[in-house]
Amino acid sequence: MKKKGIYQFKRSKKESKEYTLSVLTENKAGLLNHITIIFNRRKMNIDSLNVSSTEVKGVSRFTIVVNSSKEKIIKVVNHINKLIDVLAAFLYEEDEIYYQEIALYKLSTKMFLKGDLVEKIIIRKYGAKILKIEEDHIIIQKTGTKVGTQKLYDELEKFGSILEFVRSGRVAVSKSKRKTKNFIKELEKIKSNKLNIK
Amino acid sequence: MKKISGSDAIMQVLVKEGVQTIFGYPGGAIMPIYDALYNYSDKLNHILTRHEQGAIHAAQGYSRVSGKVGVCFATSGPGATNLITGLADAQIDSTPLVCITGQVPSHLLGTDAFQESDIIGISMPVTKWNNQITNADKISEIMSKAFYIAASGRPGPVLIDITKDAQFAKIKFTYKKCEKIRSYHPYPILNKDSIKKASDLINNSKKPLILVGQGVLLSNAEKELIQFSEKSGIPMASTLLGLSAISCIHKNYVGFLGMHGNYGPNIKTNEADLLIAIGMRFDDRVTGDTSKYGINAKIIHIEIDQSEINKIIKVDVAINADAKQALINLLPFINKNEYKNWMSEFKKCDEIEFNKIIKKELNHDGKEIKMTEVIHLISEMTDGKSIIVTDVGQHQMIASRYYKFTKPKSNITSGGLGTMGFALPASLGAKLGQPKREVIAIIGDGGIQMTIQELATISQYNIGVKIILLNNNFLGMVRQWQELFFENRYSFTEMKNPDFQKIAEGYGIKNNKVENKSKLKKSIQKLLDYKNAYLLEVVVEKEENVFPMVTSGDSVSNIRLE
Repeated sequence: MKKKGIYQFKRSKKESKEYTLSVLTENKAGLLNHITIIFNRRKMNIDSLNVSSTEVKGVSRFTIVVNSSKEKIIKVVNHINKLIDVLAAFLYEEDEIYYQEIALYKLSTKMFLKGDLVEKIIIRKYGAKILKIEEDHIIIQKTGTKVGTQKLYDELEKFGSILEFVRSGRVAVSKSKRKTKNFIKELEKIKSNKLNIK
Repeated sequence: MKKISGSDAIMQVLVKEGVQTIFGYPGGAIMPIYDALYNYSDKLNHILTRHEQGAIHAAQGYSRVSGKVGVCFATSGPGATNLITGLADAQIDSTPLVCITGQVPSHLLGTDAFQESDIIGISMPVTKWNNQITNADKISEIMSKAFYIAASGRPGPVLIDITKDAQFAKIKFTYKKCEKIRSYHPYPILNKDSIKKASDLINNSKKPLILVGQGVLLSNAEKELIQFSEKSGIPMASTLLGLSAISCIHKNYVGFLGMHGNYGPNIKTNEADLLIAIGMRFDDRVTGDTSKYGINAKIIHIEIDQSEINKIIKVDVAINADAKQALINLLPFINKNEYKNWMSEFKKCDEIEFNKIIKKELNHDGKEIKMTEVIHLISEMTDGKSIIVTDVGQHQMIASRYYKFTKPKSNITSGGLGTMGFALPASLGAKLGQPKREVIAIIGDGGIQMTIQELATISQYNIGVKIILLNNNFLGMVRQWQELFFENRYSFTEMKNPDFQKIAEGYGIKNNKVENKSKLKKSIQKLLDYKNAYLLEVVVEKEENVFPMVTSGDSVSNIRLE
């Protein structure tokens, strides 16, 4: 009797790439959990997540960055779109969006005053901003990509220890002409609530 | 306006939504609702099961035979968590349910209060939608959404958790049925272009095959499917949950798909040049190795749930629509046709399967009764007109293979989740959903013991379910795999069972046991003739195997006949 490996499932080595999901939802408690479960179930790790209210009252936006194969991420997006309280989920590749992250660096004032750090590196080279100067610490802010904020971190680290460093999740706008307000109005007009059999 | 309690409001919602039967189990946090129910006993029929899992499976059985939304009640904490298996089952098998759970008072949420569990968090992945009501003013809005979401589009289970204070609170109550949710689009707008493309493929195919799924039953498209198949002349095969959508004696019906399905439809899947999948989701038990599935075929997928399209099998034309709507729109574009040669190839396959398997199963010299014989007899004796409720395992596959369904919504089984213990409670729900039809539960000795307490429910409410217990003192399907793939190492599959007759007797259920082949027919007749619940234990061959079989992960072309 032929014994075929019953438990052998083929694992395809599909190319993985960075994708950004922009998900418009009703502002409902528990929805974050519902969305992350979908990633968790497929053992996918979320690289960055940002949730905030939009310009439309009662509508929130999730911006999620993940590394995935195209095949897999499309299924995830379909699954998210299926959630009752999700208005729409959009999937973008890097060249379809403009995006930024924000990073805050807390440095000791003492270290900061060494040499021409401010002028040369922080302001001119990286376009960062000084948010606050206190007696013992200074807060610097930089917006940009993860690579850019990381570079500034690495450079500052050479001058001594950074007290604290935090990086936000990504926010992204698409290059499409869609206007969120109008899009939701259109959504409300679609007659897909009942079965119309002619 | 007179104020009423949140619990009274719930009762009014149920009445207005046309609910007649509720399955449930009371407890501390849902007592106000049960108290309100006391005044509604003329309008709402509540069935007290013996376990919350029993309640939800009963609600599933009720829904599957009647097409109505199944409703169940459970208390907080363990009451609610006991619903989880049923929710997962209803979710994967697209069964509309509204489950109402009591919850600790809202000021105690998150405090590890007595019988508190985060049922909203726990049930999230196994419900179509869930919500918690902590403010009774929200009852109208949330409950109307619950019924709308459960029943519309691709149906599914909804869980509503209501805190005890919201059940007590006095509110001004008006109710309006939900008709629209802006973030939810259950019925996609039919794309006429896809209809045109599909009809071109259909009209130009040489060896087409229709794959019938449960979507046909859920959208009540049985008649439209027959019209489509008869006009186009295309043979139809059915998935496990699609069974009974078309009569098994229809001339275009060629059999059951999948792992233990018929030889013809499996092997011909890879010879067909066109597969028309209707309301099915290409489950791995149907496709086997997906890279070797439908290798010569273009694929048309009629499916209401957009996320199912291209999920498992890449399709050539997707019709994202309700099955009935799609078939009605497709029909005028279809040429009248017949496929004599193609159809005769299925007949040849049937002969092979008959000679290699069925003949031996039904006419053997052995003393022991085979499960196959039992199902074959029941099928003949009931003219395929009964509702058959099966559990999970060998008996389920044999019932699906040998019962010749002739009426729709007659095959009630746990397909996607494969829940042992499903059949007994589901059958009592099915009988309440279709009291005039004969409901026969076919259960193995393993499965029956997982929810055996529901015999008490059957007894208390005089629910006339006919139970056929196929007893081989083994967890038969696992044993079969151990024999075939694990070198006969029967690791924990043999069972020392109780005296089932004594158990039935203890519950006050008429019963009988048959071991001798010559007495089988008479015993089944007795069971069918009896007006009330009846348990017939049939002692069957200990090590019977179910064939044909597509080994898990193998191609449907390699279906084994022995």
